[in-house]
Amino acid sequence: MARTLINAPKTAKRGDVIEIRATIGHPMETGFRPDENGKILPRNIIQNFSCRYNGELVFSAEMFSAVSANPYLAFHTVATESGTLALTWEGDNGFSQTENISLSVVA
Amino acid sequence: MRQWVLFALLLVAASAHSQSVTGVDKRRSGADFMAASTQAMQKDDTLNPGMLWVKDGEALWQKPTGQSQKSCASCHTPSSMKGVASRYPDFDDVLKRPITLSQRINQCRQKHQQTDPLRAESQDLLSLESFVAHQSRGMPVAPPDDKRLDTFRERGQQRYTQRMGQLNLSCAQCHDSNAGGRLGSSQIPQAHPTGYPVYRLEWQSLGSLQRRLRNCMSGVRAEPFAYGAQELVELELHLAVRAKGMLVETPGVRP
Amino acid sequence: MAEIFTITRRQVVLASAGLAATAWVCPALAQSDELAVAVSTYAAGKKITEGKVKLDIAELVDNGNVVPIAVTVDSPMTPANHVKAIAVFNEKNPQRDVVKFTLGARYGKADVSTRIRLATTQKLVAVAQMSDGTFWSHTVEVIVTLAACIEGEA
Repeated sequence: MARTLINAPKTAKRGDVIEIRATIGHPMETGFRPDENGKILPRNIIQNFSCRYNGELVFSAEMFSAVSANPYLAFHTVATESGTLALTWEGDNGFSQTENISLSVVA
Repeated sequence: MRQWVLFALLLVAASAHSQSVTGVDKRRSGADFMAASTQAMQKDDTLNPGMLWVKDGEALWQKPTGQSQKSCASCHTPSSMKGVASRYPDFDDVLKRPITLSQRINQCRQKHQQTDPLRAESQDLLSLESFVAHQSRGMPVAPPDDKRLDTFRERGQQRYTQRMGQLNLSCAQCHDSNAGGRLGSSQIPQAHPTGYPVYRLEWQSLGSLQRRLRNCMSGVRAEPFAYGAQELVELELHLAVRAKGMLVETPGVRP
Repeated sequence: MAEIFTITRRQVVLASAGLAATAWVCPALAQSDELAVAVSTYAAGKKITEGKVKLDIAELVDNGNVVPIAVTVDSPMTPANHVKAIAVFNEKNPQRDVVKFTLGARYGKADVSTRIRLATTQKLVAVAQMSDGTFWSHTVEVIVTLAACIEGEA
């Protein structure tokens, strides 16, 4: 389980635009870097991030080797109803992790 | 005659007092030498990648370990750690020499938790060190006044001003004489340890002050001292004395 | 606003073929061509207009390993008129793609941030696809230098 740092409001008014900031600990090994013997280290990156709001995909990012280690994303969505935001990271070597955050939406 | 002596003494006292009042502290944190975006990364805990390690340290704090099955929390509350990191390196009564915070953490593990020490620069040790040092964030660096540290402080200062490596440079030559100038396109900071352990953009990871010192030594083409070497601890001690009163920033972010 | 990319699919194919020859003769020029190809492939050959998009990035970065970027787009972000996707491409990294974002219809505020790696001084292009099918872009030049001391990590 990779470490994550997620920041999002716990409550919001219906119709408000909220910002979600998410960092995950991951080396994002580019696949272009040689080791000390000159042999290229195999690529090991997170390739996809998605945010599902009560099951509906509201944002996704396809990441490439050019994204820095411990990838950071800050994105937005409109608060519509209370529920769960599921943040999922997937990548090389079968990497897959989901973190759920609760959002309470008031009128 | 006595009146003149008294007057002279008063003058000396007055001038000494005015120097300390008007004397400007020219010391600046490494954070002052960074671009705005890097400073922003440090200032905001939701942006600071070092918080991954602080959070991890917080979890490790609660984890029972070793034969004792005690956690750090069994003896220490996190708030009891306030002011601890700011006085390290500190004198160890048993070893009769200064040790760093991470060495103290490993000592605790062996002595009180009856478990193995963590490898230097390992993620767990860095997480614990960051978590403890983070409790001192905003507090002034306060190296102990302990007389037993005198010899070690002197050795650290001597090493700081001693040329080394194929490039034959001392720490002082870059970080005292040329701080604020540029090496290549990088600004040279004053080399204060206030942010450590630090998330260094060059490493894309968090690392200790010893890692940074070893890198500097490689930079001047000197054989770096091993992790935990007494020479590095003495240097850390000197850096703490040099930064006395400056505020702890852990986890810092640096280029 | 200047139209900088008006390329048909056929031209993309021909450009790719010519790219191999160019890369052999003049690598730097080939990289700029590759960037143009990557951008127009993303837009499926449609016209891309410079404007509406702002790629926010420092002109001179502290360190090329971790460069914060933010892309904002001038858009009302209503269900009828919003940004559907944003992509960022580079000129001189080993690979042109940096990141591709897909924004849901209720994204709300056309603003997305991340941190990227830049191998050297180069151009970066952010391209936004609107719900009406149009493409807009912003190109910036970023200065990246190596760290002063080579560390030789042990």
